[in-house]
Amino acid sequence: MAKFTLPKNSKVTKGKHVPAPEGASNVRRFNVYRYNPDSGENPRMDSYDLDMDKCGPMVLDALIKIKNEVDTTLTFRRSCREGVCGSCAMNINGTNTLACTLALDDVKGDVAIHPLPHMPIIKDLVPDMSNFYAQYESIEPWLKTTSPDPAGKERLQSHEDRTKIDGLYECILCACCSTSCPSYWWNSDRYLGPAALLQAYRWIADSRDEMAGERLDDLEDPFRLYRCHTIMNCTNVCPKGLNPAKAIAEIKKLMVERQI
Amino acid sequence: MSKFRTPISKVRGFGSAKSGAVHWWHQKMTAIANLFLVLWFAFSIMSLGGADYATFIWWVRDPLVTVLLVLMIASLFYHFRLGLQVVIEDYVHNEGTKAVSLIALNLVTAGLALLGILSVLKVSFGG
Repeated sequence: MAKFTLPKNSKVTKGKHVPAPEGASNVRRFNVYRYNPDSGENPRMDSYDLDMDKCGPMVLDALIKIKNEVDTTLTFRRSCREGVCGSCAMNINGTNTLACTLALDDVKGDVAIHPLPHMPIIKDLVPDMSNFYAQYESIEPWLKTTSPDPAGKERLQSHEDRTKIDGLYECILCACCSTSCPSYWWNSDRYLGPAALLQAYRWIADSRDEMAGERLDDLEDPFRLYRCHTIMNCTNVCPKGLNPAKAIAEIKKLMVERQI
Repeated sequence: MSKFRTPISKVRGFGSAKSGAVHWWHQKMTAIANLFLVLWFAFSIMSLGGADYATFIWWVRDPLVTVLLVLMIASLFYHFRLGLQVVIEDYVHNEGTKAVSLIALNLVTAGLALLGILSVLKVSFGG
């Protein structure tokens, strides 16, 4: 039956507070989720007051400032700092997004930072992405053909066909969409989630790919595809402005189109 | 799930069930059918407001009305079954409980739909 109680470690306690340095006039509070599963302790919310006159403009700048100057034990992923790598995806004031592309000016009041929701936590803001990446791998995200490769040249595509994968290929696999989806929260063991499905459609829609039918066969499943109930959180949060919900709807349309 | 299985082995699982499209399509079609049939039913009942028993029986006995009522009951309960099946699959994660719930859902909705349809037919054909 459905579980009505949450696991013990889902109770988040109040953590430590680090005040701003003396003389800081422009102070802002950052409440950050801290959890080390190996410690046996429950997660806690630590709060850090930062001097915003000595902090960069983005949420990621604040996190880096905390790690560099206040608390070196804070753990998070980051790399490109320009919304290309997808490493710093996290939940900021209730919305999944990239810490590097979210300006502090666009966040109201205290800044609450949690890891991506409903994921196993390795430490602090670092979720275990193994299942998410395996789901991406399972849709076989590469060009699959039955015809032999054209000798000495590339496979051609018309300009018109090329535009059909616009809005699909730009996905950076940050997992903001999948981890914002309630269906994914309840059934991520069997539902592929919006990110993997957007990528599945990216290959189905690619005119050079010759395995669209097999790809649809692999997706036609009450759980893999049809757990999507058009909640649209995925499209709301995508930091790249993509529309996974539409891609999923296109897959569902193709499923019917090949039957009637 | 075994601790030592690879993530891709868990995701691939037992493969695709190769079904679900028909369920989805039928849910959409019955939704549209319900919209028209229930609107027709609501307006009909409103226009019969204050009518006596005999008038109402004669209304049901009109072949077109009989057919529309049977269609509405069938479509409503089929849509209900499809929708609740999704809710059960979403939230019931114990395989045994899920199977029992789905069987019970099918029996109950089939029974209620038959009861409704037979009632309409009884009125329609009754002497």
